[in-house]
This record gives sequence, C-alpha cells and structure tokens, in this order.
Amino acid sequence: MTESTYRIAGATGDWEVVIGLEVHAQVVSQAKLFSGAATAFGAEPNSQVSLVDAAMPGMLPVPNKECIRQAVRTGLAINAQINKWSRFDRKNYFYADLPQGYQISQLYHPLVGEGALTIDADEKAGIPEDKVIGIERIHVEQDAGKLMHDQHPTRSYVDLNRSGVALMEIVSRPDMRSPAEAGAYVRKLRAILRYVGSCDGNMEEGSMRADVNVSVRKPGEEFGTRTETKNVNSVRFVMATIEYEARRQVDVLESGGRIVQETRLFNPDTGTTRSMRSKEDAHDYRYFPDPDLLPLELTDSFIEDCRHSLPELPDAKRRRYVEILGLTAYQAGELTAEVDWAIYFDRLVERTSLETGKEASEIAKRCANLLLNDIFGYLNKFGVSQGMDAVTGEPVGLISTAQGAQLIRLVEQGILSGPLYKQVFEAIAATPEMPADYVERHGLKQTSDTGAIDAAIAKILADNEDKVAQYKGGKEALFGFFVGQTMKAMQGKANPGVVNELLKKALG
Amino acid sequence: MSDLTDLTVAQIRDGFRAGDFSAREVAEAFNANVAAAKALNAFIVETPEHALAAAGQADKDRAAGTLKPLSGVPIGMKDLFCTQGVQTTAASHMLEGFTPTYESTVSAKLWDAGAGMLGKLNLDQFAMGSSNETSYFGNVISPWRRADANGLGGNAPLAPGGSSGGSSSAIAARLCPAATGTDTGGSIRQPAAFTGISGIKPTYGRCSRWGIIAFASSLDQAGPMARDVRDCAIMLENMAGFDPKDSTSLDMAVPQWEAGLSADMKGKKVGIPKEYRVEGLDADVARVWDAGIAWLKDAGAEIVEVSLPHSKYALPAYYIIAPAEASSNLARYDGVRYGLRELPEGANLQDMYAATRAAGFGAEVKRRIIIGTYVLSAGFYDAYYTQAQKVRTLIARDFAQAFEQCDVILAPTAPSAAFALGDKTADPLAMYLNDVFAVPASLAGLPAMSVPGGLSKDGLPLGLQIIGPAFDEQAVLNAGLAIEERAGFTARAEKWW
Repeated sequence: MTESTYRIAGATGDWEVVIGLEVHAQVVSQAKLFSGAATAFGAEPNSQVSLVDAAMPGMLPVPNKECIRQAVRTGLAINAQINKWSRFDRKNYFYADLPQGYQISQLYHPLVGEGALTIDADEKAGIPEDKVIGIERIHVEQDAGKLMHDQHPTRSYVDLNRSGVALMEIVSRPDMRSPAEAGAYVRKLRAILRYVGSCDGNMEEGSMRADVNVSVRKPGEEFGTRTETKNVNSVRFVMATIEYEARRQVDVLESGGRIVQETRLFNPDTGTTRSMRSKEDAHDYRYFPDPDLLPLELTDSFIEDCRHSLPELPDAKRRRYVEILGLTAYQAGELTAEVDWAIYFDRLVERTSLETGKEASEIAKRCANLLLNDIFGYLNKFGVSQGMDAVTGEPVGLISTAQGAQLIRLVEQGILSGPLYKQVFEAIAATPEMPADYVERHGLKQTSDTGAIDAAIAKILADNEDKVAQYKGGKEALFGFFVGQTMKAMQGKANPGVVNELLKKALG
Repeated sequence: MSDLTDLTVAQIRDGFRAGDFSAREVAEAFNANVAAAKALNAFIVETPEHALAAAGQADKDRAAGTLKPLSGVPIGMKDLFCTQGVQTTAASHMLEGFTPTYESTVSAKLWDAGAGMLGKLNLDQFAMGSSNETSYFGNVISPWRRADANGLGGNAPLAPGGSSGGSSSAIAARLCPAATGTDTGGSIRQPAAFTGISGIKPTYGRCSRWGIIAFASSLDQAGPMARDVRDCAIMLENMAGFDPKDSTSLDMAVPQWEAGLSADMKGKKVGIPKEYRVEGLDADVARVWDAGIAWLKDAGAEIVEVSLPHSKYALPAYYIIAPAEASSNLARYDGVRYGLRELPEGANLQDMYAATRAAGFGAEVKRRIIIGTYVLSAGFYDAYYTQAQKVRTLIARDFAQAFEQCDVILAPTAPSAAFALGDKTADPLAMYLNDVFAVPASLAGLPAMSVPGGLSKDGLPLGLQIIGPAFDEQAVLNAGLAIEERAGFTARAEKWW
C-alpha cells in the first residue's frame, strides 16, 4: 500500500500526522435508547422527555431493540465482528444536561468489535489509492440533553429532548495520515450510515459529530502523545482541526516543548483549537456495569435478519457500476457518494431499460450523464436539492426517473438531437411534464426530411465556398463545421445521422 | 366481635367476604390505630382517605359480586414506593415534598387487587440502615420492650430493625395487617425478626422495581411483611409478576403460593449451613435455631449439614457492591429537576450540587456514597468492585451446590434480638454486622424469609430464616409454615404508646 506523503514541514525536518476519529452518530429510531420518548429534531424544548429521560426516582431503562438493530446493521456494513454478548456500563459524572448523573454506555463489552472501511483513491487529494481504515469498535450509548445559556441573563436552561437519544460511537484505529484521509473517512462513513439508514448523517443538526485524535511523529518513529478535540461537527472542520493541531504540535515539539494528553475544543470562527482540560484533571468516570440492565445477548437469527436487511452498500455498488454497467471509476464514485442519488440512478437505469427495451449496460452511460452532467449541473446552477419525497423516493421539484427515462428514450430513438435534449431537459427539469408531451407541444421532433436538409446544405455550401474548397483540398476536420452549420440552420431539429449522410454526399 | 385490627389479612379477607363486617369498618379500625400510634413514628404520611376510598369500593364490589383478591384489606406502604399524588420521600430530606405523578408497579398491583393504603411507612433513609435511625423524619420505635425482670433497662426504646422498620413496627403494633417492604441486604427479614412478624424477600426479579426508589439495583427486591406465612403468600401473589418496564423482571408466571401452602415436610431436606454456626453466636439465637431444626424434623424433614464456604466474605462484598451501585443511583438527586435545591448566593452549578447534596442526604447515605465512589475509582475498581463481584459469583455457587443436597436452608435471621436505639449508631461496622446472616441470600438473589422462632431471655422476638433455591418461594413459605405451626409464637408487644 502506498503510504500518504502528507507531511508537515518543520525546522527539524518533515513530520507525519497520525489521526484517529471517534464519530458519534445519532441512531435513526422513533424512540430513545432506553425510553419510549420520541426523538424528532427541532421539537419544543422538553416536549420529548419521559420519566426515564428526566431520571425521576424509581425509573428504569429498558433497551430499545430498534436502536440495537441499527447498530448491529451498521457493524455488519463495515464487516465488523458482532458481539453476541455485550453489556451496558454507567459512565458517572455530574452535569446539568445529564439527569441520571451517569451516561449509559458500553466500555468493557461493546456491541460491535473490529471492522474496517475503505476510503477511495483521490489523486488530487493526495490519496493515491484506496486505503483501508480500521475500526476498533462501535458501542451504543445515551446522548445528553442540551444546555441553553442565551435564554436568560443569569440562568441556564436545560432541554432534555436529546437526553437518552441513542448514539453509536464509532471508534477508528489511528490509521489516517492526512486531513484529506480523515475527511474521506468521515464522508465514507457518513455515506455508509446513510445507505444503511442507521443515521441521517446531518452534521449541522448534530446527528453526527467527531472527536478528533491527533498526534505527530517523525516518519517511522513511535506514535507521539495525542490530543483529543471534541465535538467537531463538519468534514471541513475535522480537516481544519487536524491541520491546525498538527502544526501546533510540531511547533510545540520543535521549540523544545512537550505535548500533553488533553481534551481540546475547536473554534470554527478562528480555525484553532484550545485546551479544555488536561489528563490530570480529567474526570474519573467510575465506569461499572449498569445493574438496571441485563447483558445484551443476540441470537444468530437476529444477526442474520440484520444482515439480510442491509441494502447494496457503496463499495459493492461502485464495483457493479464499473464491472456490469461499464461506467468509469470516476462516474461510479460520484454516483454512489450519496445514497439518495444512487437509488435514483438505479431506478433511472431500470426504467430506461424498460422504456427503450435495451440492456442496462447499453443505456447506463446516458443515465450517468443525465445525472452527473444535467441534473447535478442544474442543481449547481439553480440551487440546492430539496431532498427526496419520503413516499415516492423521487427528488422534490426535480425531474423524476420516469421523466428521465423517457427523455433518454427520445434520444435513443433519434427523436431528439443533442441540443434538443438539452433544451427539453431544462424546460421540464422543474416541472412534472413528460418529455414526449413537451416535444409534441413545441413541435421539437427532429426531422429526417431529406428535402429540407438538402436545401439547407445547398445554401451553406454556397455561402462557404472557400471552406468547401479547403475541405476538398484535404482539410477533413472542416466536416464538423458543416454539420454544425446545418444543424443550426435546421434549428437543431435535424437528425444528425441524416445530416452526416447527406453532407457526405453533397461534399462528394 | 374481636378487635378487627387483631385479624390477619386472610381473616379480614374471608370475614369481609362472609359479611362479618364491612371494609369500611376495617379501614376505620386501622385508621384509628394509626392515628393513636404517633409515638411509634411508623408513618411519614398517613392516608386514611385512601384506605377509606378503597374500602368504599370494596363494599360496593362485594354488593356487586365483583370482589378482588385483597378487597377490604388496608395495608401500609413503605415510603420507598412511588405513589401517585402522595408524597414519596425515601425518608430523606432530599425528597421531602416530592409527589410522584406515577405509581410504582408493585403498589399499583396491590391497589388493582383491591387493597387500600393506610399511609407511607417510615424507613431508613434511602433504605440504608438496620435500625431506622437514619430516617430524616425521626426514627421509628419498636412496639416491643425488653422484659424488666433481668434489670437490663427494659424501658429503653428499641430499634424496629431496618430498613423496613416502619413496616415492621406498624404490623407488630396492629397499625396495619400487612405492609410492603424492600430488601437489599436484609431490610425485610431483619426488621421482621426484631418485631416478631413474618416477611419474605422473593427471588430477585419476582417483583418489579419500577417506581421503587433505587438503593442498589442488583440487590433491591420488594416483598411483603405480615403477621404470618399465609398473609405473606397472599400479599406476594398480588405484588409479583413480570413487568416489561423493568429489564431485570422475571418473565415467569406467578405461582398460587397461598393455595400451595403445606406444612408437611416429609421427603424434604433442610440444610444447616455450618459456617453460620459462628464462634460467639448469641446463646438465645442458637437456642431458637436448634428449636427450628427440631420443628422441621418434627414436620417430617431430614436435616443435613451443608457448607457455604464463602459466607464470611459476603458482608464485605455486599458493602462494596451495594454502596457502589448506590453512589451512582443517587447521583440523580442533584437539585436540578425535583426535590431539594440549595442555591447559595452566587453559587455556580458545582456549588449547587455540593450544597444540595450536603443538605439533602443524611450521614449514612453520605457514608455509602463515599464508600461507593471510592471502590469504583480508577485504580481501586479491580481491587474492590471486580473482586466483590467474583465473591458474589462464588457465594451464588455455594448456594447452588448446597441446594443439590437440600430443599431449603435454615439459619438465624439476625445475630441478636432488637438492640436499643442509639446502641450502634456510633459504630457503623457493628451496625453492618447485623446483616451478616441476611446478606448472602441477597447477593445470590435467592428467596428468603424470616418467621418468628421464639423469644430471647429479655423477652424479645427472634427470627428464623429460611432460604430457598431461586424461584422456589413455595418451598420457603412451606418450611416457614411448618415452623410457624410448631413455634406457637403468640407473644405480642404490650401496648405502651
């Protein structure tokens, strides 16, 4: 495996950065990890709080099977060891957003053990080839509530809606060696979580956040002392944290200092980190097995059900797009990055294949182009996606797979030329109108009327006698010019095949 | 008609059914006794209206022919059970004035069965104590007094045992025919023994812990206290049952323990654990134990010696595990959401925690939180907590092996009769030693009960403890019944209050 060449230049030579990430991902489920309370984002403060979440006297936690199922599915998606026997531990500390005075987590016996994910080669980002990043474990734990300091001049308010919501903590090995690799890891992990449906991956809503462990060393030496920057909530900030923290550590070490193991905070406004607390005054969490809960024992059939419920995952999809559909690695990578669009693409290929009666591999390139060039181009130009309709799975306010498939059929059948295709796409992209109806309504059908085309050609050849002479003198590249002129004269409606044929004849 | 408050649960139930008296008469009689017994301090809150309402319903149900298992029976509720709309304190200043919006599973089952509530019974604060002296609301006093003859100061107020001391005192003084208790390390059995009544801690998981203020989750178990074995069986049937809201609840049908009662011990083997025959065992305790052996033999049982070799480590292990869990369970009392809040001028969050917990918890609770925090601390965890869990496993194995040779085990409940209030408050270890015979069954999660065995030379009750295999409450109750029938324990505290 080619190692990353990312280095931090120091006065004493080049330094290598070593990165491990602990990603906290909020589990998609109707109810919290140990109570029946709802989990929807953005609800009125303290409107989704059960007696258990508020830690009223005598209340007891009962594990929510759906949360466990989602964590197991996530583990299976990263090919991890699923521990059939796991246990919940209490992590004890006092804080106003932690009603029980402890968080129920899993220290000693996590639900998911060793696994891995592959980050994709990205030459431009300095990732020369695919790289496997080890994942040490995934454990399940409760989220805390939220403190609000801006509601009252002298008091803080507590919102317990998030208290008790299930989180997966996904702990990587210290296998990453550059900010780009860490960014790619978070993006890939987020993609997998979204494919699996175990986390919505919305970092801006806080449903995915990372603790970033960074150390530096001279290449080939032992690991240095690491710092942990908490709760970084975007891919960009993860990368910025690493850049800043690596540079800072190199500067400290080169000026004769020592890195202290500590917890740090990232400031998104300045792009810097600052010390929160050092190991010396770190909490003693007094972890011990939660006596309110029995060990979690999974049956083989439960695990198998979880396995069977998994969709095709991004790596498998990518391979299929290249090997079966004949797409390029680049196209496949782009198409599989977001699960919603990957599903859109699969459906588009299927519908187009039905519409045209052609094999998927024959029309896949057109489908890929529709998505990557036209739809993504449209989105870039006219604004962000409104997401997918929850019921139909089709994009809201944007061309459906039915429209797309028909559009491609019109091209395949020679009814639409390239320029007409573009025109029709842009006209119907944000409407529910079917392409064939639009073509009909505007009389956009391309013509194979040889009389009309011949007349146009005759005029063009007459107007460009010099070029005709050059062409006949051997400058064959000019053929394209004549095609273009003819198409223009025909207002794009001419059948390019017929134009070619007639032009060749006319130019003799 | 004899005094209604002298009747047992079964007698009240049956007499009420037979039309001998109304439920209202019963409730009024007990309400009157409660009201007249303030000196015992057995109740934190009296709820005569609750008892009367249930009685009114019972009288209607009798007329309508829709009687429930406990129709007409008023009971006492240990103030560790959350009761909807009725203050629930765990006898702590921390929860003074706290009124739950919810009903514990066990109390809800009892009300559903037709029982009424006479009041919330006093206890050791957060169920931590063996004498009821740790209650924020003042100690309960036992109705019992030593016999004056021996010149030992017969009028010294005695401990009713703990932590369910309000329950034991109230039953012994005829303030209620039965009550709920909870047992973490003997808190049902030891107070029952001290006051000459019966009480059973069922197998861990039989009774839901939902809505019971937690002390040590892996040990806490609710159970009934009453005047005799039959009443314990009746009460337990109406307290036990699977509860999906408690992950440690046993998903098993509740046996008909009352119908299964039999004092015939023929073909049964009773194990006598040799390790409990400790050097310096109180002579009265030893005498009553021997009597118990004789009674069971008389009932047809074969007596066998069994060994519980790790018994001597039970108490130290218990005093690591229980405080460890308590230190975490009691972290929720922080002044943020309910209960006491102490907010000194200019205090920050940490100051509020410190002030609230300093003011809200009593000394024994603080002691156990500190012990528990210590044994779970980094660097000490393996030496204490992990080691104690290993001991716990070994103790459970001891019992499992013993039950290969016997059906039940017979032992003393406590190492002495009731002591005087104040006797042991200065020495926590002496107090803890009171649980030495009770704690092993708690650590193993086994059903165990105490029944009266006789009187000490001071004229105070002594209890006999029967420990059974997991899920076999019936064997425990039956052996208890065999002893009860032969012990002929009729002594009762002479009314002085």
